[in-house]
Amino acid sequence: MTTRIDRRLAHLKSEGRPALVTYFMGGDPDYATSLKIMKALPKAGSDIIELGMPFSDPMADGPAIQAAGLRALKAGQTLAKTLHMAAEFRADDDETPIVLMGYYNPIYVYGVDRFLADARASGIDGLIVVDLPPEMDEELCIPALKAGLNFIRLATPTTDEKRLPKVLQNTSGFVYYVSMTGITGSALADTTKVATAVKRIKSHTALPVCVGFGVKTAEQARTIGASADGVVVGTAIVNAVASVIDPKGGLTADPAEAVATLVSGLAQGVRGARLVAAE
Amino acid sequence: MNKPIEPNSFRTGPDEQGMFGMFGGRFVAETLMPLILDLQGHWEHAKADPAYKAEVAHLNKHYTGRPSPLYFAERLTDHLREVSAAKGLGGGAKIYFKRDELNHTGSHKINNCLGQILLAKRMGKTRIIAETGAGQHGVASATVAARFGLPCVVYMGATDVERQAPNVFRMKLLGAEVVPVTSGHGTLKDAMNEALRDWVTNVDDTYYMIGTAAGPHPYPEMVRELQSVIGREAKEQMMEAEGRLPDMLVAAVGGGSNAIGLFHPFLDDRSVRIVGVEAGGKGLDGEEHCASLTAGSPGVLHGNRTYLLQNSDGQIMEGHSISAGLDYPGIGPEHSWLKDSGRVEYVPIMDTEALEAFQLLTRTEGIIPALEPAHALAEVIKRAPHMRKDEIIVMNLCGRGDKDIFTVGKILGMGL
Repeated sequence: MTTRIDRRLAHLKSEGRPALVTYFMGGDPDYATSLKIMKALPKAGSDIIELGMPFSDPMADGPAIQAAGLRALKAGQTLAKTLHMAAEFRADDDETPIVLMGYYNPIYVYGVDRFLADARASGIDGLIVVDLPPEMDEELCIPALKAGLNFIRLATPTTDEKRLPKVLQNTSGFVYYVSMTGITGSALADTTKVATAVKRIKSHTALPVCVGFGVKTAEQARTIGASADGVVVGTAIVNAVASVIDPKGGLTADPAEAVATLVSGLAQGVRGARLVAAE
Repeated sequence: MNKPIEPNSFRTGPDEQGMFGMFGGRFVAETLMPLILDLQGHWEHAKADPAYKAEVAHLNKHYTGRPSPLYFAERLTDHLREVSAAKGLGGGAKIYFKRDELNHTGSHKINNCLGQILLAKRMGKTRIIAETGAGQHGVASATVAARFGLPCVVYMGATDVERQAPNVFRMKLLGAEVVPVTSGHGTLKDAMNEALRDWVTNVDDTYYMIGTAAGPHPYPEMVRELQSVIGREAKEQMMEAEGRLPDMLVAAVGGGSNAIGLFHPFLDDRSVRIVGVEAGGKGLDGEEHCASLTAGSPGVLHGNRTYLLQNSDGQIMEGHSISAGLDYPGIGPEHSWLKDSGRVEYVPIMDTEALEAFQLLTRTEGIIPALEPAHALAEVIKRAPHMRKDEIIVMNLCGRGDKDIFTVGKILGMGL
C-alpha cells in the first residue's frame, strides 16, 4: 500500500532532486488564515506539508513553535478543526502529501480509532508524533500502519548504531533526521556531520531520509539537500507568520504571502541542491 | 464499568515497560530515549548494589538527620476527641505524625535528591538540572548539588519565582542558577517543559533530577524507592510504639512523592486504609483546583500516562492551589493505578480547610506545617472524630511551613 508520501518522494527521486517539506502550525493565527497558508504552500514549491497540531505543552519545541501553538489554541483550534482543515485543503489538492505533526495527548483523548478513521477520511497520509518512541509502538504506530497511514519517526544524533534498527523497524514514508539535539528552531548543525549521519541512516534503510531542525535560508536548504532526500523547514515558516502579527494580535501584512515568499526562496534552494552536488 | 481484578500484590509495579496497569510508560522524544534507557540501566544496577544503598543510608542519617521521628500528637488527638464527644460520637483516633519536616532543607524532597545525585555521580554526569514549583525540590536539589560540587540549574515558573521569593533566595545562596520560565503560564508544568527542553539540548553531560514520582520510566519507580524510606521507618516505629500496624495512612498528593513514599511499604497490609489528599483549591466545580485524580481524566504528559486536568481537546489546564507544591495538573502514574485499582482513596481538600488545619496545628502542637501537609491534616481532622479511640492514623508531615508564612500571613491579614 503506497501513500501520497511514498509516491511523491519516489517521483522526486526520479527527477533527481530532494523534497521541500514545510511545517506550519494549524490554526495560527486563526483557522481561515491558516487554511490560506496551507493552500499557498504547494504553489510556492512545497512538496510535502507538515500540518502542526497545537498542544499546550510542546516539550520538544522552541519558543517560536510554542508561541504559534498558543496563538492557535487561543483562536480556538482543536484537533477536530485541524482534521477539518486538511479535508478542506484536499477538496482542491489531491496530490500534495499531508503529514500531521504534534504530540500524543490530543490524539489519545480524541480516541485512537476514531482519530485514525477521521484522519484517513480527511486525506492525511502520515503522522509524526514526537512523544511516541518505538517503545510505545502499540499505542498508535501499529494501528496507524494498519490503517494505511505512514508513521514517520525521528532519528537524532543520540540514536546510535545499536538503537537505529529499533527506531527504523516500524517507520514508513520517510525517516525524519533531526540534525541536532535540542528543541526546534535552534541554530543549524554542522552540515558535514549531517551528510555523514544521513549516510549512516541510509546504510540501515531504503527509506528516504529528510533532514530538519535549523534550516532557515535557501542556501542552507541547498546544502542540506545535497545529501538528504528532503529538507524540512518549520520554525522559519512559523516565524514568517509571527513577523506579520503586531503585538495586539492584528495583522500588518498577509501571512500567506509572507510564507509563500519564504517558501519560494527555499524551493529554489532545494531545486539547486543536486546541481551544486554534481559540480 | 468493570471492576479491575484485584492483584495478588500492589507492590510489584511497574512492569518492564514502566507501566502500572495502563499508567506510566515512556512517552518522550527520541532524543531522550537513549538517555532514559541509560538512566534505567544505571538505576537497576545501583539499587541492587549494597555500596549504593550504604551510601544513601549514610547520608540519610548524617546529612538529613534520618530517621525522622514518629510523633504522637497528643494535644491534637485530645482536641479531636473533644470534637468527637461534642458530636456524641465518643471517639477520636490516635494521631501520629511522620515528621519529615524536620529533615535538612525542611521537607521530604531531600530523600529523593540524595539518591539521585549519587546516581548522577555514578553516571559521570557533571551538571544537574531540576524543576521546582514551591521551591522545596529546587532547594533540595541546590543543596545536594552544593554538597557534591556540581553546578545546578533550577527551572521555576516566573509566577512561582515571584510568590516563593524566600526559596529563590535560598537556591541562589546555595549556588544554583534559578531560571524563571515565562513560557506557557509560568508555573510548575511549564518549568518541567523547560527542564525537558534543556535536557534534550544538553544530552551528554546533564542529569535531570525530577522532583516527584512522575515523568518517564524509571523516574516514578526510582523516586518511590528513594522516598519509601518514609514508610519503612514509619512501619518499624509504629511497631515499636504501638506493637501493631496503623489503621489509616494519610498524605497530601501533588505529584505524589511523599505520599507514595509513605504508602508503598503498606500497600499489601490490607488492614491499613490509605487516603491521599489532593488540592481542591477553590472547589471542584470550577477550574481553580488541582484535583487531577478526583476531577481529571487519563492522558499523556511529561513522559507518562496518568490522570490529568485537561479539556475535551486534550489540552492541559492550569491548576490552582493555595499551596504551590500541589499546583500541578498531573499526578504520579502509580497513584493513578492505585486509584483505579481501589487500593487508595483520593479526596480533595479546599484551600480554606487547609488554612484552618494549618492554624490548628500551629496552636495545638507548636508545629508550623507546610501548606501541602496542611491539606492532609485537614482530612485527618475530618476523619479522626469518626474513628474509635483505639484506632491509629499516621499522617505524613512532609514539610515545614517556614516558606508559607508570608502567603498565610497575607491571607490572614497579619502585618509582618
